[in-house]
Amino acid sequence: MKEFTPAPDSASIVSVTDRVKPVALGMAVTSVHFLADRAAFVGGEENVKLVDAKGEITTVAVHSGGILSTASDGKRLVMGGDDGKVVSLDAKVEVTLLATDPKRRWIDAVALHADGAFAWSAGKTATVKGGKAEEKSIDVPSTVGGLAFAPKGLRLAIAHYNGVTLWFPNMAGSAEFLPWAGSHHAVTFSPDNKFLVTAMHEPALHGWRLADNRHMRMTGYPGRVRSMSWSAGGKGLATSGADTVIIWPFGSKDGPMGKEPAMLAPLQARVSVVACHPKNDILAAGYSDGTVLMVRMEDGAEILVRRNGTPPVAALAWNGKGTLLAFADENGDGGLLEL
Amino acid sequence: MSDATSQKIPVTVLTGYLGAGKTTLLNRILSENHGKKYAVIVNEFGEIGIDNDLIIGADEEVFEMNNGCICCTVRGDLVRIMDGLMKRKGKFDAIIVETTGLADPAPVAQTFFVDEDVQKNARLDAVVTVADAKWLSDRLKDAPEAKNQIAFADVIVLNKTDLVNKGELAEVEARIRGINPYAKLHRTERCAVALADVLDRGAFDLDRILDIEPDFLEADDHDHDHDHHHHHGHDHHHHHDHGHGLKHYHDEEMQSLSLKTDKPLDPNVFMPWLQNLVQVEGGKILRSKGILAFHDDDDRYVFQGVHMMLEGNHQRKWNEGEPRESRLVFIGRELPEEAIRKGFESCIVS
Repeated sequence: MKEFTPAPDSASIVSVTDRVKPVALGMAVTSVHFLADRAAFVGGEENVKLVDAKGEITTVAVHSGGILSTASDGKRLVMGGDDGKVVSLDAKVEVTLLATDPKRRWIDAVALHADGAFAWSAGKTATVKGGKAEEKSIDVPSTVGGLAFAPKGLRLAIAHYNGVTLWFPNMAGSAEFLPWAGSHHAVTFSPDNKFLVTAMHEPALHGWRLADNRHMRMTGYPGRVRSMSWSAGGKGLATSGADTVIIWPFGSKDGPMGKEPAMLAPLQARVSVVACHPKNDILAAGYSDGTVLMVRMEDGAEILVRRNGTPPVAALAWNGKGTLLAFADENGDGGLLEL
Repeated sequence: MSDATSQKIPVTVLTGYLGAGKTTLLNRILSENHGKKYAVIVNEFGEIGIDNDLIIGADEEVFEMNNGCICCTVRGDLVRIMDGLMKRKGKFDAIIVETTGLADPAPVAQTFFVDEDVQKNARLDAVVTVADAKWLSDRLKDAPEAKNQIAFADVIVLNKTDLVNKGELAEVEARIRGINPYAKLHRTERCAVALADVLDRGAFDLDRILDIEPDFLEADDHDHDHDHHHHHGHDHHHHHDHGHGLKHYHDEEMQSLSLKTDKPLDPNVFMPWLQNLVQVEGGKILRSKGILAFHDDDDRYVFQGVHMMLEGNHQRKWNEGEPRESRLVFIGRELPEEAIRKGFESCIVS
């Protein structure tokens, strides 16, 4: 990427802060995704705000309460709320009610499949619907902490207490349990479908090599990991939770077993969110002091996108082509950077 | 500290054995005209007749932390619910967590100490236990959960006092005091208690440890006018001539233990001793609190703990003329009293 030209010496840092288009969202923000060419900032409750390249904001009401979970494939955004509803928003600004929990329970987790299927969870029940799948549900032993579809086939990973359940919704009796003591929250498959990783309640990740279910413990974080992002090609998993971006190597068949992670972009603040560039070995990192950096994974060279001195960065995303970076802090002060 | 503390959302844990009147108290809190909005985390939907859009159903999911300490359990569902509630910050002023009648309050309390994200946004205010004046004495004999809830409480609402006579009331209060002489006790019918007596107590606020617990400071020699059935001298009886008090009960299993000295403590001996004590005996110690006068230190040091978890800090300068006394309280099950007393004495600077 030719725009990535960090300073030659490490004492100074190249800044592109003057090229950022500020976006004042006026609401608490929890995540951002791209829908076609617009950034969709998800509020803590009720609304999504779509922001185009000119900085124009369109507010869309999606839930009648808190928005608890989001997933996006770039074409649509699926959300779960504390109103018991699963709702989607597409690039044409169409809001569709996908499902309602009969008991109006919180929709704690959602996931989106490449073929259009989606999944959600309420309490201990995970449900898959849409695409080629009929609506099917499975109950796991405790409340679902996170959901993720495998990159191949219709297979759902359901994280919960003491492990992960892997389930083919179209195959009866197919649930497989991967045990590991502790509470598992977010879950993600490596893009090559070889590894499964969870962010645990304690400050650690846990991984399984799916070929033989061998365990991978990824520990040493000072804080809980709330953000994970696979690098382009899936060779590394970048994570928040420390005062540097921690990137675990997944390029070899053993994944990070017996290997040290890369630690990039150290600051006197905790990394709160990470987003890897979709095409190049670059990532963006947001910190608890409001800083946003772009970091070249090869050598850790940094470019300053946003200065510190604000609440933590809560939302960070690249568009599909990797030409736009969107971010916002917890209070809704955001920005768009065009590369 | 106080700035950050005051911005955190207070959380009241409402506990009590089945049928004691938790839901009555909860309805009372929600329906009273106080101008405050509460988010309420309940276990059984449908029992609350009040319209409140922030009622969240929970499944008490207790799990162990993977940190090698066995009594270090937290409520996983609470971690998740708190996370979700924080997305609606500003929509409510306080949170009430109602536990089931059979719940142990410790995992709820510990959730607010060990989870970093929960701790950032919320603070435990107090554990309020509703007790049934008619049936509590029986339950203390056959239900370990009921005993736990009394031992753990900062505030005890002794309810249904209209269903017992004076003698029975004195009996049940004595049994409560035999387990936990430090909690504030309120006698009620249909949970008619002033909300200020159950909410915003700051019972876990290190700065307020003393302000709200005169019993703690003056347990040995002070007469309280708010509670005539209160059995003073509990510690005295308990430790020295146990069995002589007319209406004094010593619970064989659950006790409180208080220690004090007017000689300064050596922090380099005391701190490791206390930490080791809660590491080794933390399963037995439900609650602990203390105000400490250290050798060569003009500040008062205060601490409190739940099982193995301790938090402490220098609180303020000792006032001129204020006796520099150290006081500690442990409430727990089968406490190794002699060992604790000996250990404490070894921390005194001779």
